[in-house]
Amino acid sequence: MKRTHADPSGVLTGKHFLDGDQACCEGALAAGCRFAAGYPITPSTEIVERFAQRVPQIGGMFLQMEDELAASIAIQGAVWAGAKSFTVTSGPGFSLMMEHIGYAAMTETPCVFVNVQRGGPSTGLPTLPAQADMMQARWGSHGDYEIIALCPNSPQECFDLTVHAFNLSEQFRVPVLVMMDECVGHMTEKVVIPPAEQIEVYPRRYTTLPPAEYQAFKAEADLVPQFARAGEGYHFHVTGLTHDEHGYPAMNVEPQRRLVTRLMDKIRCSADALARNEEYRLEDADVVVIAYGITARVAMRAVQMAREQGVRAGLLRPLVVWPFPQKRLRELAAGKNFAGFVVAELNCGQVFYEVERLVAGHVPVLLEGHTGGTVHKPEQILDTILRCANVAAEVSR
Amino acid sequence: MTEEQMIAAAPEGCGECLPPNPVEGFLRSERMPHIWCPGCGIGTTVNCFARALLQAKLDLNKVAVVSGIGCTGRVAGYVNLDSFHTTHGRAIPFATGMKLANPELTVVVYSGDGDLISIGGNHFIHAARRNVDVKIICINNFTYGMTGGQLAPTTPVTAISSTTPYGCYEQPFNLPNLAESAGAVYVARWTTYHVRQLTHSIGEALRKKGFSFIEIVSQCPTLYERRNKIGDGLDMMEYFKESSVVKHGAPTREVGIGFQGPIVVGKFVDIERPTFLDLMDKQMTRTLDAHYTGSVVEQNVRG
Repeated sequence: MKRTHADPSGVLTGKHFLDGDQACCEGALAAGCRFAAGYPITPSTEIVERFAQRVPQIGGMFLQMEDELAASIAIQGAVWAGAKSFTVTSGPGFSLMMEHIGYAAMTETPCVFVNVQRGGPSTGLPTLPAQADMMQARWGSHGDYEIIALCPNSPQECFDLTVHAFNLSEQFRVPVLVMMDECVGHMTEKVVIPPAEQIEVYPRRYTTLPPAEYQAFKAEADLVPQFARAGEGYHFHVTGLTHDEHGYPAMNVEPQRRLVTRLMDKIRCSADALARNEEYRLEDADVVVIAYGITARVAMRAVQMAREQGVRAGLLRPLVVWPFPQKRLRELAAGKNFAGFVVAELNCGQVFYEVERLVAGHVPVLLEGHTGGTVHKPEQILDTILRCANVAAEVSR
Repeated sequence: MTEEQMIAAAPEGCGECLPPNPVEGFLRSERMPHIWCPGCGIGTTVNCFARALLQAKLDLNKVAVVSGIGCTGRVAGYVNLDSFHTTHGRAIPFATGMKLANPELTVVVYSGDGDLISIGGNHFIHAARRNVDVKIICINNFTYGMTGGQLAPTTPVTAISSTTPYGCYEQPFNLPNLAESAGAVYVARWTTYHVRQLTHSIGEALRKKGFSFIEIVSQCPTLYERRNKIGDGLDMMEYFKESSVVKHGAPTREVGIGFQGPIVVGKFVDIERPTFLDLMDKQMTRTLDAHYTGSVVEQNVRG
């Protein structure tokens, strides 16, 4: 599939001073998104507020819906009409959107969901950060399915990864989740938006087949089917029921196996290619901190402090958290004898269990969890790094 | 004579001698037989819808049908158009996104009373309030058929359902009144007995600009009639025939339906009101003037 460049009308090229929410909005516009539906919820609302202000001047609309159930399906109606679209929410709204994340996965509707994570459960801490929706992002809708989830750690990355999210959603025809957090959303920093011709955009996989030959859910070699939009004479059918290649309901064991396996495999088989990690001082590290989003910035400081104390620490930061970069983790674990891995996250252990599963028996894994409401103090992560190093030292004595 | 015997007795080549069914091309014949029970009214309404569409001479490539979940939710799967079988209760917001992203489409929501008015009730009133230009065809069979005949927001007081085994004691919604109150510009009610009037009414709704609502009172012989001991599909048609009163322009607050009581049918509302997109364009133009670039359709058509 030939990549194209961004439509310049949506690209605010230049150096800006933006918060993560605003940068996320600019990323969506740069990616070609011209339709958003949402329901106000702190701390995500600024994204659609900006969208509502910007998009009528570049050919699009923001639709404030009556609730998150409506917002998360209105965007999908818009996608099947030909728009690129997204919705934006936080904790309680994300919970309400779960059924439609499953619907998008099942119907292979390319769309983006942004969750600016706040403290939970329930209403929790509306104005304060957490990273406790990571497993919900992965498993929150019922049934077996795969999604892609990205975690930016700065306003710049809110821009970059939102563009990336739209591209991945088009490439894989899957809902892509941008898992921000309140801190990243409300932090203001320099954001550089490149010229449109330097922003790659993955075009929708519109079918070139005539209607008589087109099968709406017949996959190509990369397990992704070609797309047809409503209004062009294809007379296709889309359903959340288990369906065959025509898109018609086929509710038996074999069609279920074929469809669910393909929906999982189109992501799983591309997991290595999807991985994007930032690595800091891993070459000689004895302790590896694994952190994503805002926590990775605190962890960076903790790693530097550990180094100042003579402990060789390093940082692995996945930008794509789902699918998890398991190949890199396993490579690392097999490469040498580490004192241990420390998973730092603003929850009571979510990605931690994924890391533990991958390296169990090779590397001890410690959790530096946090119930949210603020970010870690670097000293908290440092303590766990030191504990990890000391335990290993004692064992080796 | 059983159906098999009838088929066996039919002379060979007979099918070719028959005049072609005018709605055949409108249906996905490869998906027949459909799932609806013998005596069910939904198929009758689909026939009326097909005829109305054909009579309206719309470009069928520009018509999309959106359904929710339930027996009526299966309509989308049988019509040979762009069709979307969405989630339970969410056909209207899906249709809203679709229509606003490409206003060239005629978007028809075809679903049941439980789907549109119970789980989807919030979306129903808000889409009516906004006057989104979608057509709502609501099959009201007084019950949840697909799940086995439970209480619906339309079940008449005293009627038996599987979850009101001693009789319903909740007041049901009066759907035309709800639609009118929320802002619908076209509101009509017919029964599956009134096929000509219904076909005409669907045609009017297809031509109407704005949120248009047609309630079709229908029979569910398997789960509603049987459980309430009021006969089969034919008996229900008799009831519709005997108990329906045509009252065009009737005040919608007076058209509630009691158990086996009179059914007021007709066209109740047909007014003009600017649609969501009309008002958006007007307001944006007033505020942004030349900076307003119009809605998303331009971009979508460009691809």
